[in-house]
Amino acid sequence: MTRVLATLKMALRALRRNKLRTILTMLGMIIGVAAVIAMVGIGNGAKSQVEAQIASLGQNVILVFSGSISRTGVRSGWGGAPTLTVEDAEAIQREVPSVTVISPEVRSYTQTAAGNENWYTQVLGESADYFTIRQWPIVDGASFTEQDVRSANKVAVVGQTVAQTLYPGEDPVGQIIRIKNAPFIIVGVLYSKGLSVFGQDQDDVVIIPYTSAMKRLFGTANPRVINVQAASPALLLPAQEQITQLLRQRHRIAPDHDDDFTVRNQQEIADAATATSKTMTWLLASIACVSLVVGGIGIMNIMLVSVTERTREIGIRMAVGARGNDILLQFLTEAVTLSVIGGAVGIGLGLGVSKLISAKMHWPTLTPVIWIGAAFAVSAAVGIFFGFYPARKASRLDPIDALRYE
Amino acid sequence: MNAVIDLREIHKTYHTGDVDVHAVRGVSLGIQKGEFVAIMGASGSGKSTLMNIIGCLDRPTQGHYLLDGTDVSELDRDELADIRNQKIGFVFQGFNLLSRTSALENVELPMLYVQRRPHGREQREMSLRALEIVGLADRADHHPNQLSGGQQQRVAIARALVNQPALLLADEPTGNLDSQTSIEIMGVFQKLNESGITIVMVTHELDIAHYTKRMVVMRDGRIVSDTLVEKRLKAQDELAALREAQQAVQLAP
Repeated sequence: MTRVLATLKMALRALRRNKLRTILTMLGMIIGVAAVIAMVGIGNGAKSQVEAQIASLGQNVILVFSGSISRTGVRSGWGGAPTLTVEDAEAIQREVPSVTVISPEVRSYTQTAAGNENWYTQVLGESADYFTIRQWPIVDGASFTEQDVRSANKVAVVGQTVAQTLYPGEDPVGQIIRIKNAPFIIVGVLYSKGLSVFGQDQDDVVIIPYTSAMKRLFGTANPRVINVQAASPALLLPAQEQITQLLRQRHRIAPDHDDDFTVRNQQEIADAATATSKTMTWLLASIACVSLVVGGIGIMNIMLVSVTERTREIGIRMAVGARGNDILLQFLTEAVTLSVIGGAVGIGLGLGVSKLISAKMHWPTLTPVIWIGAAFAVSAAVGIFFGFYPARKASRLDPIDALRYE
Repeated sequence: MNAVIDLREIHKTYHTGDVDVHAVRGVSLGIQKGEFVAIMGASGSGKSTLMNIIGCLDRPTQGHYLLDGTDVSELDRDELADIRNQKIGFVFQGFNLLSRTSALENVELPMLYVQRRPHGREQREMSLRALEIVGLADRADHHPNQLSGGQQQRVAIARALVNQPALLLADEPTGNLDSQTSIEIMGVFQKLNESGITIVMVTHELDIAHYTKRMVVMRDGRIVSDTLVEKRLKAQDELAALREAQQAVQLAP
């Protein structure tokens, strides 16, 4: 123990002797480690935000998209064909026991107006249960009711962005909003959800009963998507299976034909979205790792210079009885001390940069503790790896030659 | 018998390019405990090579070397390092102190490499005692650049003594010093020798050799003469005489 301590003391003293050089060498490590930590922080922050947003889709949500059609070999995307009907939605609600609530959805971008203001926004036609499925609370007023849906009443719930744009400084509840010139009464204002996974403003929305949207605005009888909520996470897969069976039966699809609809659950959507941000994190981290290698090469370079400069010292130490291993350990300790201190400062700097970014740019950053530990371990490893060759070179010197070295 | 150094037919050949250089050609030499030997010779006579072999810095190509009873001619690098650490103290012409390191820490250096290391406090005490022997206890925390040449050589001697070796080896210890300081250093050696330490010293200065007890002269890798010093000089007397002479011309107070 005292031996390790003495070697460490010796290394620290040698490093203090050439402060500027030591700091410059450490800078390579500091920048490398700080870059890794900051990049991982940003990447993970993005990932956690994606996950949070996926969760904001609602709980145990299954989405049924109307089908892709294939005509003369050309396939359109999901929703390309009007294969789903309101009756399909009702059948799902009625016949699949693990389903709690559903909401057939139609959507369109259209011009809205109130008083002198007007705004181009997304209009969603949904059922009254949509707010339950999305877990989207109403902060002012109330949701429209099932009665409103049945009667296709001209009522609307608006998002925060729409509320603030069309009714600046006013309470929108009870006011009239004209959608494609049809007047709707605003009954509620939604809680602010912020940006979606794909960067859309989720609050830039007007939600009306799907019946009203179909009959009075868009003139369609086919929902693009059916939002379905399963009773529990465990029931997601059985529900998906049952919905698929039910719809195939209703659409009379022969066993050897493909579905004309697509059923996806929330987890699958989440996986796709987080895969992207995960790839991003790895990409950023691996670029940052390159700078770590550069830092390591800097250490190796300086250690080689140091061994040459201190050849005489090595000779003296050998003459008074230092074994090759003692010399090896001494120089290796110096290299590792360089890299570990550099790594520690780099971790601090990286965390600081992450904090700064999340404060200034309003990006969330998140650095898992395991990455901090890993960064520390990697910097020690860099020191050992790049310090070994110079240290071994020092330990193999011939004492007589080393003593005579000028 | 009581030989500290027992060299038997030592040969050392260097291979430089195609030419073989016979630096040492069959040297046999016995040095008993308590001796004070000067090895002399012109440059190229092989005295430095022989010194490196005696100091276990180098191995002979042929022959046997028994140091304190153990044959060291077949040992590997690590074992030689341990022998240097335990049994031999080195004093060099160029002092070879670690710069920007205090005298005390320079003296502590060999103890860093003892396999069973003493405690920190014990180490300090031993180093201070070694510095006391050479009369530099009050300069323990000075750095080499704050010390005169003679003082630096004393620190080097203290470092050589600290592990209580059987043998003190000095390679031209006065080569970089003026004549008065040289005599002072020889005084330190004589004092140490009187306390029972065996000393072997390489020098090319005849007057310095006269402070020793035995002179071995080498030429062309062989020993050509091995005699006892008859008119042995005493450093104390010489210093006193020198001081008197200096006072006469008012060089010294």
